[in-house]
Amino acid sequence: MSSELTRLTAAALAARIAAGETSAVEAAEAHLARIEAVDEKVHAFLHVDREGALAQAREVDARRAAGEELGPLAGVPLALKDIFTTKGVPTTCGSRILEGWLPPYDATVTRKLRAAGIVVLGKSNMDEFAMGSSTENSAYGPTGNPWDLTRIPGGSGGGSAAALASFQAPLAIGTDTGGSIRQPAAVTGTVGVKPTYGGVSRYGMIAFSSSLDQGGPCARTVLDTALLHEAIAGHDPLDSTSIDAPVPPVVEAARNGSVAGLRVGVVKQLSGEGYQDGVMQRFGEAVELLRELGAEVTEVDCPSFTKALAAYYLIAPSECSSNLARFDGLRYGLRTGDDGSRSAEEVTSLTRAAGFGAEVKRRIMLGTYALSSGYYDAYYGSAQKVRTLISRDFEAAFGRVDVLVSPTAPTTAFPIGERVDDPVAMYLADLCTIPANLAGNAAMSLPCGLAPEDGLPVGLQIIAPAMADDRLYRVGAAVEAAFQARWGHPILEEAPAL
Amino acid sequence: MTVTELVSFEDALASYDPVMGLEVHVELGTKTKMFCGCATVVGADANTQTCPVCLGLPGALPVVNATGVESAVRIGLALNCTIADWCRFARKNYFYPDMPKNFQTSQYDEPIAFQGYLDVELEDGEVFRVEIERAHMEEDTGKSTHIGGATGRIHGASHSLLDYNRAGIPLIEIVTKPITGAGARAPEVARAYVSELRELIRALGVSEARMERGQMRCDVNLSLRPHGTETFGTRSETKNVNSLRSVERAVRSEIQRHAMVLAAGEKIVQETRHFYEDTGTTTPGRRKEEAEDYRYFPEPDLVPVAPAREWVEKLRGNLPELPRVRRGRLREEWGISAHEMQSVLNAGALDPVTATIGAGAEPAAARKWWMGELARRANEQGVELAELPITPDQVARVAALVAEGALNDKLARQVIEGVLAGEGGPDEVVERRGLKIVSDEGALGAAVDEAIAANPAVAEKIRGGKVAAAGALVGAVMKATRGQADAARARQLILERLGVSG
Repeated sequence: MSSELTRLTAAALAARIAAGETSAVEAAEAHLARIEAVDEKVHAFLHVDREGALAQAREVDARRAAGEELGPLAGVPLALKDIFTTKGVPTTCGSRILEGWLPPYDATVTRKLRAAGIVVLGKSNMDEFAMGSSTENSAYGPTGNPWDLTRIPGGSGGGSAAALASFQAPLAIGTDTGGSIRQPAAVTGTVGVKPTYGGVSRYGMIAFSSSLDQGGPCARTVLDTALLHEAIAGHDPLDSTSIDAPVPPVVEAARNGSVAGLRVGVVKQLSGEGYQDGVMQRFGEAVELLRELGAEVTEVDCPSFTKALAAYYLIAPSECSSNLARFDGLRYGLRTGDDGSRSAEEVTSLTRAAGFGAEVKRRIMLGTYALSSGYYDAYYGSAQKVRTLISRDFEAAFGRVDVLVSPTAPTTAFPIGERVDDPVAMYLADLCTIPANLAGNAAMSLPCGLAPEDGLPVGLQIIAPAMADDRLYRVGAAVEAAFQARWGHPILEEAPAL
Repeated sequence: MTVTELVSFEDALASYDPVMGLEVHVELGTKTKMFCGCATVVGADANTQTCPVCLGLPGALPVVNATGVESAVRIGLALNCTIADWCRFARKNYFYPDMPKNFQTSQYDEPIAFQGYLDVELEDGEVFRVEIERAHMEEDTGKSTHIGGATGRIHGASHSLLDYNRAGIPLIEIVTKPITGAGARAPEVARAYVSELRELIRALGVSEARMERGQMRCDVNLSLRPHGTETFGTRSETKNVNSLRSVERAVRSEIQRHAMVLAAGEKIVQETRHFYEDTGTTTPGRRKEEAEDYRYFPEPDLVPVAPAREWVEKLRGNLPELPRVRRGRLREEWGISAHEMQSVLNAGALDPVTATIGAGAEPAAARKWWMGELARRANEQGVELAELPITPDQVARVAALVAEGALNDKLARQVIEGVLAGEGGPDEVVERRGLKIVSDEGALGAAVDEAIAANPAVAEKIRGGKVAAAGALVGAVMKATRGQADAARARQLILERLGVSG
C-alpha cells in the first residue's frame, strides 16, 4: 500500500487524499520511508524535514476533517530545491558558506506551497548556488541519476529531478537560470518547466543571476507539472520583476492536450555537431509525431542562438559576482579565521576562500572581470546586445510559428566525473536551454524516449512566447499522451529498480 | 616632503581660479526605507528597524518606495532639472561591513533628474547661478561604531559594532557641474549653495535636512587653475563636510593648500581628504590609485522607473513657493533690507518670524523678539531657534501684551523666560509671576509717595527746579515695584506731587 502511494502521480494521489482513501500523513510517511530506503544511494536530499513534513500533513488532514476547501494538490509531498528559503529549516544553496544558516523567513514559493497544503519533505541537492549542469558542484556531494547511479542527474536541480525519478516525491521545485530545471528533467526522464521570466516570484530564491533566474515546477507528468505551476505562479508585490497579470491557464491546457493546426518551428541552430546521435534520433521521432498529430512543422532560423552560450557566460557571472558579494562571513553562515587578530577584510577573504567551491569562484572572477572599468563595454555590454538579438530572433520566429522545439540537451546523462575538469564541456550541456533564459520565454522539457546507444532518457524542449506558458502544456500533454500510447506505459517504468 | 610656505587666501586667488564641485547627499524623511517597509525613526535601538531586505539576507529582493521617487522628482523639478522619461537603478559594488549586500543600490548613468540649476543669493544680494549636473536616488549604508581605538576611527580599534537601522534609508545625491568664476567668493558661494539647497529641501518638505544629524552631508571637490587657463587642475575631494560654516572653511582651506603645493612646484594628488572641524583643515584619505572600481551595472532586481509626463507636470504644478521667491516676497512685506533679511536667515529665524507674524504680531516686533532675546537664548543653549520650547503663537501673544501696554520690554523678557522654563503660556506666566505693569494709580501713587518721603533731599532739589533729579526717584519707584511700574507715569506723578511741570 505505502510503496504504491509513491508510484502515483500527484493528481492521482491528491484525488485519493481528497476522497478520504488515504491521508496526507500516510502519503508523507510513504515518501519518507522511500527516502529512508533509497536516498543513501541517490542523495537527492540535503535535508529531510521529517517532523516538519508530518506536522504539515497532519494540518492538511485536520483542515480537511474540518470541512475546509483545500487546493488540488493538498497533502501531496514535494522536494524543494535548497535555493528557496525556509523559515527555521536549513537552506544552504549547496554551499559550505551557508552551512548552518537557518533563514528567518519563507520564500514566496515556500509560502505558496504551504498555503496550497503541499507537504515539503525536505531540501533537494543542487550545484552550489545553481552553478553547474551535473549537481557535482554541490559542496555536499553529487546526486546519482536513478537511471544509472554512476551518471549525473543534470544540474543544477539534479536533486529535484532525481527525487522525482526515484519516486521519493511526486512533485519538486527547481530553478532555471540557463537550463537547471529542463536539463535535469531531460536526463532523468521527468517533466520540468521554466515559466516565463516573472511568472513565479523570486522572493526568497537565493539569487545566482537575477535577470535570468526563474523558479518553476517539476513532476513526472505534464498535468502534475501544470497543477504545481498554478500553485506557485502569480504576481508578488515583494518581487519587482514579477508580472502583474493573470497566470496563463496551464492546468486547463494540460487537460486538453492538442497540436492540431499548431505551427511548430524546429530551431535550425539547435542541432548538428556535438549532438549525440541517439538524442537527434529521438528528437526527430518527436518532430515526426507532432506532424502525425496534426501540427504544421517548419524549420526556423535563429542565427543569434550560436552566440547565446558566450553571452550567457558573461551576463550570468557578472550578476553573480555582485549577488554573491553579500556572503562575507559577517552576518550569517560560515565564518573562517576570526581569531581576534584579523581584520574584517581578512576574515571575509578567508571565509570566501573556504566557503565557495571552485566553480563559484571561477564565475565570480569571470564576472568581476567582465564588469571592470575598461572591459565593461567589450564584455557585459556586448553580451547585452547579443541578448537583444536573441530576443529579436525569438520575436521573428514567433511571428511565424506558435512554439519552437529542440532537443533539451545535446547528450544524455554523462558519467559523474567526466566533465568536472572541463568547464566548457560542462557548459555545453546548456546549449539548447540558454536562449529561452536570455529572452525570458517559457520552456518545457518532457521525455521523448531513450537513446538507443545508452538506454538513457532524452528530453524534448518546447519553447513558447512570454506569458504563453499554457501552450507548453497543451503541446506537452498531447506529446506525452501519444508517446505513452506508443510505449504502453510512462517512461519511468523502464528505469531500473533501486 | 618639501617644506612649503603657507600661502594666504589672497595670494592664492591672485594666481589661481578655484573650480568647485559640490556633492550633497540628502536623507529623505520618508516613513519607510527606499527598498523595504522598515521604519526610519531616528534613535531607535540598534538593528530593530531591519528586515531580510535591508539586511541583504539571501533571497531578499528590493521594491522601490514610491514616495522616494516622488521626492526625487520634486527635488529635480525644484532644481530646474529635466526629469528622465525612463531610468534605471544601478549597483555600485564594493565591500564594506556596514553595507549588507556589499553593493549599494544607486543610479549611475541614468539619473532621475539632470541638467538644472539653482540660483543662490550672496550676502550682498548678488545672485550666483550654480549649474546642477544631476540628482539621483540611492540607499544609505548602515553605521559602524569602532570600539577600542583612541579616535573613534577604525585605526587602532579592537572591534566594531554595526547598526543597520540606517541601511536602506533613501538618499538623494545632488551633484553640481564644475562651479567656475566665483573667484575669491568661492567659499561664500559654496556655503550659500548648500544653505539654499537646504532651504529648498525643507520647503519641499522631503527632509528636515539637519546637517548636524547627518540628514544632509556635503563632499567638496576643489581644484585650482592659473588665471587665464581653461584646463581644470587636479582635484581633491573633501568628504563629509557637515555644516554650512565647515563648507566655507573647507573650500578656503583647500584653496590655500592647493596653492601652497602648486607654489612649491609640486603636483596635487587626486585623493579624498578628511575635514577636521576643530582646525578647519583637511588630511589625506584614499588616493585615486587605491580607489575602487565600482563595476556599476543596471540593477536587475528592479524594473526601470518611468515617470509619466502628466504626473511630473502635476508635481511641477504643486511645487511650493521656492525659498528665494518667498524671501523676496517676505522682505518686501516686512519692509527690510537685503542685509537684514540675511541676518534673519543666518539666525534660522525665517520660519519662526513668519509664523509669529501669521499669529498676529507686527513684523518688526516678531523680528525683534526672535532675533534678539530668543536668538541669544538659543545661542546660550547651543540649539536652533526652532528648537526652543516656545511657539510662534506664544511669541505673538507676548508681542501683543507689549503692544497693548500690559508689559514693557523688561517684563516681556521675564515672560519669555518663564515660558522657556516650562511655566506655561505667556498669560499663565504673567499671572503666576505677577508681571503686569503697575499702572494702577493707587498702588503707583503710594509707591511715589514712599519714594518722596524716603528721599527728602532729592525731593527738595526737584522742588527747586532740578527736574533731572526725578530720575533717582523713578528708580526708587521701579525698585519698590520690582520693575512693574510704568516708568513714564511714575515720573509724571512725582513731578505733579512736587509741584513742578515736566
